[in-house]
Amino acid sequence: MPLTTEQESRHLEKRHRKARFFAIFCAAITWSSVLLLAVLLYQVSIEGFRWLDWQFISSFPSRFPERAGIKSALVGTIWLISLVALISIPVGVSTALYLEEFAGKGKISKIIEVNVANLAGVPSIVYGILGLAIFVRFFALERSLISGALTMSLLILPVIIIASREAIKTVPQGIRNAAYSLGATKWQTTWAHVLPASFPGIMTGVILALSRSIGETAPLIMIGAMTFVAFLPEGPMDSFTAMPIQIYNWVSRPQEEFHELAAAGIIVLLAVLLAMNATAIFIRNRTERRMK
Amino acid sequence: MSQFPDSTLAEQNLQMSKKSVLELRNVNIFYSDNQAVNDVSFNIRRNKITAIIGPSGCGKSTLLRSLNRMNDFVDGARVEGELIFSNENLYGKEVDPVEVRRRIGMVFQKPNPFPKSIYNNISWGPLINGYNGSTDELVERSLKQAALWEEVKDRLHESALNLSGGQQQRLCIARALAMEPEVLLMDEPCSALDPISTARIEDLLFELKSSYTIVIVTHNMQQAARISDYTAFMEMGDLIEFNVTKKIFTRPAMKRTEEYVTGRFG
Repeated sequence: MPLTTEQESRHLEKRHRKARFFAIFCAAITWSSVLLLAVLLYQVSIEGFRWLDWQFISSFPSRFPERAGIKSALVGTIWLISLVALISIPVGVSTALYLEEFAGKGKISKIIEVNVANLAGVPSIVYGILGLAIFVRFFALERSLISGALTMSLLILPVIIIASREAIKTVPQGIRNAAYSLGATKWQTTWAHVLPASFPGIMTGVILALSRSIGETAPLIMIGAMTFVAFLPEGPMDSFTAMPIQIYNWVSRPQEEFHELAAAGIIVLLAVLLAMNATAIFIRNRTERRMK
Repeated sequence: MSQFPDSTLAEQNLQMSKKSVLELRNVNIFYSDNQAVNDVSFNIRRNKITAIIGPSGCGKSTLLRSLNRMNDFVDGARVEGELIFSNENLYGKEVDPVEVRRRIGMVFQKPNPFPKSIYNNISWGPLINGYNGSTDELVERSLKQAALWEEVKDRLHESALNLSGGQQQRLCIARALAMEPEVLLMDEPCSALDPISTARIEDLLFELKSSYTIVIVTHNMQQAARISDYTAFMEMGDLIEFNVTKKIFTRPAMKRTEEYVTGRFG
């Protein structure tokens, strides 16, 4: 039986109400997480702000809070992240390209796919143990930057691979067909068209992965990054510390001043993270615009 | 200087133009266990437009894609029989599919320009294939051949994605022509376009015929009747009839052909 006009308008009213409710619900969820982050930042800022000065950034750690600084940890983190990026991006993107463009759709690629997805869920401490056994002990790389970077790369590789594969999948088949029909080889097609077209998506994955690795502590403690370093690393074979470890160390001391130093350290860590992401997003958007 | 008197040369040219560029001999195409094309044989003649028509799913696009080995990228696709192109079977063991695609170009159903500049869209194919002449000239010549030059000559370095659908498709044709292919395959090139763009492309095909051999798959029978010299009618993977277009549309030999071209089914 057809609805009367009145029934129809009541029904429509109900549907609009549902849509409004859902929009408000989503907004509430979004803003509550933003609020949480704001509270956290506020808390950290009032605790750590008075320690945040050039002296803090340019000094080595010390027993005396007023002389302690984050210099070695900051430099260590920058070294570490640069090495991790150098290792994980080429390996991760190549793997994704291989799996998407070159490997067949057979059993082996299926097995690799499942394994990569599972590896993304393995706790970071397990990667730490692996790094300790393989890089520190077996390859005798000692407790060096390169051991840390290799371990951290293993940790974030699954994220980079999965994100890159998704990005590569979204490249329209028409672009590949166009290239092939001009007598391009698979490699030429991939290098000149598939990779540039998926670049923005790959960058997003890389940003997420590197952001994760900058804050990771457990695997670095496991492979034995030091907590008190009064020198700067000069090469990948030097021992090092990183900001999360320095912060962790300060938090675990009894004196209140060190807790405040930890808060200041967190601010610096967040600033580095933000700067890094901003750069990456800037690069991504610029290439995205060029594609349009 | 020619060693023949003019009349003989003209005769020879005529002979040449009558000659086939591509010969299909008992071509069967499979997707895994399903057979999509059954035992098709016909010849594609030089400097002519050959249309392949037929209802949806009759295997016409599949057949077209086998002519420059684009089916190689479809999982489980298999081609049997012979496709003779310059005295060689396209599916012979020693044949490099990349070389085949360099010589037999293709324009697809949906315009698929690269997300790059108009200029780079044209120049990329020849450059990766070792072209070392002037790319400026190449770009201009190809765009003129595709009747697009006047519209885009002032914005060659803008993105191809800013062009309209019809312009994009003509860019794709220009891109294929830049390779100077011996055969140009077109898979329903006008199906995504409005009538005005379609008319422009049909005019274009007419002009291109003097220097290229064209094979076009089309859904549109009027289009086939208007532009082609030869027509192949396919149904359920079988080649029902192949003949001069005029014959197919006026006095077809087969009843099925007549029913299809007069619009009684399909």
